[in-house]
Amino acid sequence: MSPPVRRRVFLAAGAGLAALMLWAFAGLPDFGHYVGPYGDILNRSAIPDRQVTAVVSAINFDYRGFDTLGEEFILFAAVVGVASLLRELRGERNRRPRDDARGRRVREPSVAVTLMGLALVGPTLVIGLYVVAHGHQTPGGGFQGGVILATALLLVFLADQYVTLRRVGPMALIELAEATGAAALGLIGIGGMIWAGAYFANFLGVGHAGRLLSGGIVLPGSIAVGLAVTGGFAFMLSEFLEQTLVVRRGRRRRRGRR
Amino acid sequence: MMDVLPYVVAAWIFLAGLYGIVTSRNLIHLVTCLAVVQSSTYLVLLSVGYKKGGEPPVFADRPPSPRAVDPVVQALTLTDVVVGTTVTAMLLAIAVQAHKRYGSLDPDEIRSLRG
Repeated sequence: MSPPVRRRVFLAAGAGLAALMLWAFAGLPDFGHYVGPYGDILNRSAIPDRQVTAVVSAINFDYRGFDTLGEEFILFAAVVGVASLLRELRGERNRRPRDDARGRRVREPSVAVTLMGLALVGPTLVIGLYVVAHGHQTPGGGFQGGVILATALLLVFLADQYVTLRRVGPMALIELAEATGAAALGLIGIGGMIWAGAYFANFLGVGHAGRLLSGGIVLPGSIAVGLAVTGGFAFMLSEFLEQTLVVRRGRRRRRGRR
Repeated sequence: MMDVLPYVVAAWIFLAGLYGIVTSRNLIHLVTCLAVVQSSTYLVLLSVGYKKGGEPPVFADRPPSPRAVDPVVQALTLTDVVVGTTVTAMLLAIAVQAHKRYGSLDPDEIRSLRG
């Protein structure tokens, strides 16, 4: 199908789809008039039941902890998928990173960029840890905090110290974090089975709302997910960086039909 | 009109992303368009749970209020974002390998190269 024909077919189909969607949306409750009972029930019960002030985290790591386990393993599967897709292929080899563009004089990155990037790594890690550790009290939790923590790796890359980082070798640690986090979340669920009678039942004392150690399994769950997300995102990030920096084809391959 | 406006916007974002996917000439652009399509679902989810004059479902510094919006759809949106990101990462990895193999990112060109 040539592009103009394809566009015309899509415009016709899209108009039909738009009409159907508008018809369906007209049947939804009006915007701003919430009807479902579940949100209100959870908003009322999260503090008395679980001593958790951030209700979204209470849902993620306690009420629907099982769903989060599934979500966590989607992330795990994606990490494995990226790793196997971007593995070193036959005919590829690793080499020291250098600029490939011809006719471009590569300038050393300015000292200001390097310093600023490295100076931001510490604060980024602290913010990430804070967001992970306070997910049960304020907006945040393992997913958000984990992504912030993984950003630290990107800052190292921006500061042009990525090669140094690889030599120091936290890559094994990153993979370990991903695996440990995913396994810990599953074990927290099993803990519920052993001590509270159901998978992902809250088997720890809930304490008092507002304290750092409160909410039972919400905080451990958040930390486990934080570990897994940090590892997973840092791993995927480093895989893509490796592709641009390190992995090169051994021979030039002819393009075209094979 | 205000009663359905967020849903109409979501439908618009969905269709705009879909148009991008259908007419895309570059795999990276295509993956980005898929992310646009997915972002329309965030809007639908959050709109469904919204209350007029709503407040966040976080009670760290104030007592629970009946005006707090639905936290369930917010948790679902979080799942949605995570799944969207991982799918994007997978597809980008496939795009990298497609470019290595075929020397092109144009879906049509790749199809003709494959024969």
